[in-house]
Amino acid sequence: MDFNFTEEQEMVRDGLSRLVREQYDWETRRKAVASSDGWRPEIWAQLAELGILGMPFSEADGGFGGGAVDSMIIMQEFGKGLVVEPFLPTVVCAGGFLKHAGTPAQKEEHIGGIVAGSRVFAFAYAEPRGRYDYADLETTAKKDGGGYVLNGHKAVVIGAPWASHLIVTARTSGERRDRAGVSVFVVDKSAPGIVTRDYETFDGRRASEVYFEKVAIPADALIGEEGAGLQLIELVTDEAIAALCAEACGAMKVAHAMTVEYSRQRKQFGVAIGSFQVLQHRMVDMYTAYEQSVSLTYLATLRLDAPDAERKRAVSAAKVGVGQAARLIGQDAVQIHGGNGVTDEYAIGHYFKRLTIFDSEFGNVDHHMKRHIALA
Amino acid sequence: MNLEFTPEEQAFRDEVRSFIAENYPAHLADFGMREDMSPEDMLAWHKILGAKGWSVPAWPVEYGGTGWTPTQRYIWSEENARASTFMPLPFGVSMVGPVIYTFGNEAQKARHLPGIRSGDVWWCQGYSEPGAGSDLASLKTTAVRDGDHYVINGQKTWTTLAQHADWGFFLCRTDPAAAKPQEGISFILVDMKTPGIEVKPIKLVDGSYEVNETWLTDVRVPVENLVGVENKGWTYAKFLLAHERSGIAGVARSKRGVEKLREIAAAETLDGAPLIKDFDFARKVSQLEIDLAALEITELRTLAGEQAGKGPGPESSILKIKGTEIQQRLTELTLEAVGTYGTPFYGNIAKVPGDAGSNQYPVGPDYAQHAAATYFNMRKTSIYGGSNEIQRNIISKMILGL
Repeated sequence: MDFNFTEEQEMVRDGLSRLVREQYDWETRRKAVASSDGWRPEIWAQLAELGILGMPFSEADGGFGGGAVDSMIIMQEFGKGLVVEPFLPTVVCAGGFLKHAGTPAQKEEHIGGIVAGSRVFAFAYAEPRGRYDYADLETTAKKDGGGYVLNGHKAVVIGAPWASHLIVTARTSGERRDRAGVSVFVVDKSAPGIVTRDYETFDGRRASEVYFEKVAIPADALIGEEGAGLQLIELVTDEAIAALCAEACGAMKVAHAMTVEYSRQRKQFGVAIGSFQVLQHRMVDMYTAYEQSVSLTYLATLRLDAPDAERKRAVSAAKVGVGQAARLIGQDAVQIHGGNGVTDEYAIGHYFKRLTIFDSEFGNVDHHMKRHIALA
Repeated sequence: MNLEFTPEEQAFRDEVRSFIAENYPAHLADFGMREDMSPEDMLAWHKILGAKGWSVPAWPVEYGGTGWTPTQRYIWSEENARASTFMPLPFGVSMVGPVIYTFGNEAQKARHLPGIRSGDVWWCQGYSEPGAGSDLASLKTTAVRDGDHYVINGQKTWTTLAQHADWGFFLCRTDPAAAKPQEGISFILVDMKTPGIEVKPIKLVDGSYEVNETWLTDVRVPVENLVGVENKGWTYAKFLLAHERSGIAGVARSKRGVEKLREIAAAETLDGAPLIKDFDFARKVSQLEIDLAALEITELRTLAGEQAGKGPGPESSILKIKGTEIQQRLTELTLEAVGTYGTPFYGNIAKVPGDAGSNQYPVGPDYAQHAAATYFNMRKTSIYGGSNEIQRNIISKMILGL
């Protein structure tokens, strides 16, 4: 049992922390998310240069030999600065599918580009009526000659406007919600028949509705075994949840610190409002919720390699606990900031929005509570 | 970073598990804390562990500690929880012991530490007073120097199990003129057989007699029983409370408690199905397990920090708050699970006639018998050791800097 980071991991964390502090300050971020692109490709290039984008890949796959703990450290730092760049969909999700089930040719084609920062992915799994069930798919991939034809509509695909490629889940056989018959594909977003509607999200990112209209894809676009994709999706989304929880921890830490600082500065009734016990105890409960969230994030991250049931239970525990903490800390941070907390001008409102959206990503508190109960 | 146990740690687990299986008194197996427990039973495991050299694992090795790593201590507490052992009481082992080996003189260490280790000397805590609860520093019991003695007068309360105690550690005011109430307090060891001490039991809501009022009238205590420096007792008192808190989370016990709760909820039925299949109930159990899983890692992180040389600091207040909240929720759910058989007061129900000496009660399932008493009893946990509100004040001041 060991809770220490390696020297290399400490270096990554310190380097990233400096980058976020010095180059991702609040005004710069505000301008970037309001720009037409909505992100900063130059930051992405810098992340590639620093080796961040290759961190969780093995050396054999062209990466730097790290793993889930490295992704956790990286996402925590991103969370502190509300970094919008698509590390999660590109490195954790697409990278995860490729790592676990990609053929040597698929790895060769895609991982090098991810590590170098030239290939950006989005993960198109959600559908308008599927909610959090990865098998509840209306998107289909039908065998056609040597390849497949994709038809369907993917909802709120985070980072899709920035992506050159998509990971797409689709049904290759069976009925809606059947566990069997789900497949995973890697698709070039410029393929004919793909139509996107791009928009902003409430937490400063960009997303798309992605429509597939008779999109022809080659046979080697399939990742893993045809029809047996659900287990793979569950594994990769669990990895994504662990990383998201780390991001939320970073955001909660900063939201809490901002709130404590604000309570020291803000005076009412002639004294700093931080001197009021009723507010002190709220901020202590926020702090405790944050510390418990860090613990659950460690648990989820360190159980990603465990047998399926153990992994799922730990990840669901984290998504429930961190989701509850994110709600508590987001709402209380706004409350203690008073009217300023609901203005666009103050950073705290933006942390609140990110922490709110977090709950609905890859299954909310209720969804993961049910999964936790089912696995008891 | 990893959560795995090394082969050496696995071997250690096997070793302590067999030791417990072979040495824990059979008549106390799976007994837990019970209102009808004798003092001898409460000391039984302590004495066995004292003989083995395992009664004070967390102490420095030079004073009899085992030198176990935090992980080994965690395994030790897990295995004891697994067997539901009745662990050594904290008053000597976790409270006054660390104060004596940290701040006491050589004579005090030589005189008192062996009896704490062996379980031969029973200690009690004289902190709270009727007018000094959360505001402990307002305590009024005085110790006035008279030649080679202090003369102590005052009233202490909530003195847990003082009815059995051989010695007590008392906070007394030695300088009533001090500028601040925290100054002018001293930490004094008192032989409970000294004339002038009267211990009166307080009956609790669960029907038990666990705590007492302790009256001190012209109690003459040799000055050599002063620990550390006169008027500096508040420092030692806070040190003791931080130590007390670090073991207070009770994670391993709560984990075992959740297993038992699941067994009860599987045996009880609701609408013809096991209670545990009811979504509303299952959700409460899962929430408890999730909070407990988080606390377990939080405690391990704190232990790892201790291993890196940091003493128990204000973070232990988190363990106290969350640990006691979980213990209380666990007992609340257990009482909820047993349903109507939580109602009878088992303390006064006659045993089955002709079945003398057995613990067989005439009504309800066995698991229901202590559910209500334990629930009522455990309300104390968010009050003692510095109430959870006081813990929040500590975190606010020491960690948040407010």
